[in-house]
Amino acid sequence: MKKQTLKRYRMVIMMIMVYTFIYFGFKPLFVPAVNGSMNSLIELLIVVPPIFVLIGLLDVWVEREKMMKLMGPKSKGLGLLIAFLLGSVAAGPLYAAFPVAITLLKKGSSFRNVLVLLGAWSTTKIPMLMFESASMGLPFTITRFVINLFGIMAIALISEKLLSEKTILTISEKFSQS
Amino acid sequence: MNQTLYVITFSLLGLSAFKSLSKTKLALKKAFKSFEAMLPQILTIILVIGVVIAALSPEQIASIMGSNSGWFGVLIASLIGAITLMPGFVAFPLAATLLSQGAGLPQIAAFISSLMMVGFITLPLEIQHFGKKAALIRNGLALLFSFVVATIMGVVL
Repeated sequence: MKKQTLKRYRMVIMMIMVYTFIYFGFKPLFVPAVNGSMNSLIELLIVVPPIFVLIGLLDVWVEREKMMKLMGPKSKGLGLLIAFLLGSVAAGPLYAAFPVAITLLKKGSSFRNVLVLLGAWSTTKIPMLMFESASMGLPFTITRFVINLFGIMAIALISEKLLSEKTILTISEKFSQS
Repeated sequence: MNQTLYVITFSLLGLSAFKSLSKTKLALKKAFKSFEAMLPQILTIILVIGVVIAALSPEQIASIMGSNSGWFGVLIASLIGAITLMPGFVAFPLAATLLSQGAGLPQIAAFISSLMMVGFITLPLEIQHFGKKAALIRNGLALLFSFVVATIMGVVL
């Protein structure tokens, strides 16, 4: 068990060695490198864990029939709206959205709605919009937001078209046993 | 913003525990398992990005994405956005800095758009979840979309 853990973290250990090497060999690079990773690290350790707890709760409490009705293939506009809002109120990096998306798929959400969630999560998150307007100004933010609304829909529809039903089914089935 | 997340999480966790302790335990177990499964990969990515960002200065990046860099600059900006990973509260101030140091608006729009939507570095993780085909299609389309964003932003603003 321990040996396996060590093996899984071998790249992390290697990177820590790289940082040690930078510290002794290229000192001026060390502080910027630590600063550069610190923000993402804080995000990983503070924002991401509660998201996983929420995924766990969703997994345990929300019934498949309910999710089917809300976000399933026949959910139409309601499912789209829920996917979009869920992604937009979310916090945290996009990689945290993958397990959320998978849990939704497992519970019966349609693939298109999951793609909309990923799109909204990546780019129309409300807290991010605030940061964006503060640093880039309101015109920039609003223009990008409007383009993104179309972009998210387009990416979701085209991806769904390009993927065969079989592929989509495999993705949802891969996780439905767990 | 983080406080809200924690208040919501703890409230729901409390409600869940009140209704069923065993289900709550199961939820927490699942949460920990999937978080830990992701941890080594994400930690590696974060540490690699730290070094890459430190090695590049904002002046260097701004000059590649300069307002005269045209389509080539847009392309490079999208690619830089695609391979990096940083939280939005870091990315937007950085984008503003780059703009003030001479980067062009369409280039910055492409950079931000692909930074948020495309994740080359998290691609292995995305493939684990959605399979190769779906992950490549989503990232490919998002990369193309960042050109569209750059074009429209360049025209509108």
